[in-house]
Amino acid sequence: MHPAIAVRELTKTYAEGAAGVPALRGIDLDVHAGELVMLVGPSGSGKTTLLSIMGCILSPSSGSVRIAGTEVSTANQKQLAKVRLEHIGFVFQGFNLFPTLTAGENVELMLDLKGISGESAKARARQVLEQVGIGDKYETFPSDLSGGQKQRVAIARALAGDPNIVLADEPTAALDTRTGQNVMRMVSDLAHQEGRAVVIVTHDLRLLEFADRSVRIEDGLAAPGREEHHIPGGLLQAEPAASLPAV
Amino acid sequence: MPPLARRNLFHDKVRLIVTVTGIVFAVVLIVVELGLFVGFTETTSSLVDHSGADLWVTSRHVPYVELGVPFSERKLYQVRAVPGVQEAQKIITRWSDWKRADGRQESVQIVGINPDSTLVRPWNLVQGTAGDLKKPDAIIMDEIYKEKLGASHVGELFEIRGHRARIVGFTHGIRSFTTSPYVFTTFKNAQDFATIPEDQTIFILVKVAPGANVEQVRRGILADVKDVEVFTSHEFSRMTQIYWMFTTGAGVAVLLAAVLGLVVGFVVVAQTIYATTVDHLKEFGTLKAMGAPNSYVYKVIIAQATMSAVIGYVLGMIVSAFVVRASQSGGAAILMPWPMAVGMFFLTLLMCIGAAMVSISKVTRLDPAMVFKG
Repeated sequence: MHPAIAVRELTKTYAEGAAGVPALRGIDLDVHAGELVMLVGPSGSGKTTLLSIMGCILSPSSGSVRIAGTEVSTANQKQLAKVRLEHIGFVFQGFNLFPTLTAGENVELMLDLKGISGESAKARARQVLEQVGIGDKYETFPSDLSGGQKQRVAIARALAGDPNIVLADEPTAALDTRTGQNVMRMVSDLAHQEGRAVVIVTHDLRLLEFADRSVRIEDGLAAPGREEHHIPGGLLQAEPAASLPAV
Repeated sequence: MPPLARRNLFHDKVRLIVTVTGIVFAVVLIVVELGLFVGFTETTSSLVDHSGADLWVTSRHVPYVELGVPFSERKLYQVRAVPGVQEAQKIITRWSDWKRADGRQESVQIVGINPDSTLVRPWNLVQGTAGDLKKPDAIIMDEIYKEKLGASHVGELFEIRGHRARIVGFTHGIRSFTTSPYVFTTFKNAQDFATIPEDQTIFILVKVAPGANVEQVRRGILADVKDVEVFTSHEFSRMTQIYWMFTTGAGVAVLLAAVLGLVVGFVVVAQTIYATTVDHLKEFGTLKAMGAPNSYVYKVIIAQATMSAVIGYVLGMIVSAFVVRASQSGGAAILMPWPMAVGMFFLTLLMCIGAAMVSISKVTRLDPAMVFKG
C-alpha cells in the first residue's frame, strides 16, 4: 500500500534576486495513514514550505510529491485545488475561521465545497463539532469562543470533509499549555484512532511526545540522523475527545 | 451555501454604510446627469411632440422649430387641397420681447395657434382653457416662469412688443430649452406680438385623414405646394433635438457630464467594493486553501456586489425621486422615464459586478500559501 504522502528529492527555490533563495534542497519523506509526523527545526528552515507543498498549496521547483498515490508536483492550480478538497484538511496557527459565520456555518462551508448542503450538511457539522467536544457551540460566532474552542472548530472544519491527510501549522502556538495539550490529544486521535496521516509543523518540542516520528529540517534539508521515532506518550495518556475538559 | 457573502456584507456596518453610500452617490449622480440630458432633449422638442400633427410644412432650409421663416399663408389653402389632408392649421413660433410691470424686458417665444383646432394647444393647463385665448389680447404662459416674467395671476396685463397682453391661464411644466418661455396666443395676436406680416405664417401643421398614408400625403404636398419642405413630426422633433443638443454643443456638455457621472460613479463603486474584498482577503485565501475553486470565490464576491447593488439602487432611486420631484418646479427638468429607471438598475448591477471583477483579479492572483503567514 502506498504512503498517504510520498516526497522525493523535493526542492523549492523562491525567486528573489538572480540566484533565488533555496528553501528546500532535496527532501525525501513518507507519511503513512495512521501516523503522526512532526516537522521541527528553526525558523526559516523550510518546514512551512514543505508543509505547503505537501498540502498542494505550493508547487515544488523539482522532485516528486505523491498524495494518495497521485503525482501532484506537475498539477495545475485547478487540479491542486481538487486534491486539497478531496484529500487534505488544514489546521492553521491562527485558526483562520470565518468571523462572520457561526462555528456550525464554518464547518458547513467545508461541506458546501464538497457539494453537501442543507440538512445533511447541518447534521454532519453538528456531528463533527460534537466529536471535538463543542457540539453546544454550533450557533456561536468565533469572536465569542476561547482560543482552544476556535482551534477545535478549525479541527472540526478540517474533519468535516473526511480527509485522509491532516496538515497542521503550529496548531498550539496561540494556545496556553493546557489547552495546547488537549488540542494535541485530539489531533493525535485523528492519526491513531481514525487512521489519518497527520503532519504537524511546530517549534514546541514538548509536543514531540504525541508524535510517532519527528523530522528535523535544517537549511532546507532533513537533518541527517535527526529523524527520530517516538512512542507517542500523548497517545497513551489521551482521553476520548468527547470527554475532554473544556478548553 | 453558508451565507458568507451576506454576512461579510452586513458584518461591518461602517464598511457597509461606506459601500452603499458610494453606490447611492453614483446612482444619484448618473440619474441627475442622464435625467438632465433627457429633460433637456425632451424640452427642446416639446412643442413639436405635443403638436398632435402628422406633418410640419416649413419654408426651405428650416433647421429647427425656433428658426421658422415666414411664408405666404395662401399655401395653407393649397395644403388643405392635397388629398389625404384631414386638417391643416397655420401656426407661428417666434421670439419677441416681454415687458414686465417694473419695466424690465425679457425675451419670450410666442406660439400663435388656432384655439379651436386640436393641433398645438397649450397642454397641462392648471388655470384657464385654450378657448380663453379667444378673448381679446389673451395669452397663456407657464407658471414656472411667473417670477421671470413678473406675473402672478390671471387677468394681469403686460406688454409684448408694444401690444397689450392679458394672462388668461397658466400651464405647468412647459419649459423652453432657451431662456425664453413659451407664450401661447391666437395666430392673429402672434402676428402682432412677433411682428409677422398679416398674410404670412411660419408653419403649417397637417393632420392626415384616417386611413391615409402619411408618406403619400407628404409627397402630395411637396408636389402641389412650391418652395416648402415637409417633415413628419418625428423628423422635425429629431432635427430640433439634434440642433440644440449637438449642433450648439449644449447637449454635448450635458451628455459629457452624464458620462463623467458614470465614470466617477464606477470609480467610487469600484473603490468601495475593492476595499470590501481586500478586507476579506485572508478569508478568501483560506477558502482557496480549503480547496475552493476560483469560481466559488467569485460567486461569493459577486453575490456581495449584487446585494450592494440592490441596496444602493433602491436607496439611490429614493434619493433620485426626491431630486427629480424637486426639479419639477425649477427651470431645468430632470426626467426619469421608467425605461431609464429600469436601465439604471442594470447599470448599477453592471457597475457593481464590474467593480467586483477588479477585485476578483486580485483574489485570482492570491497565493493560498498566505494562510500560513500568521
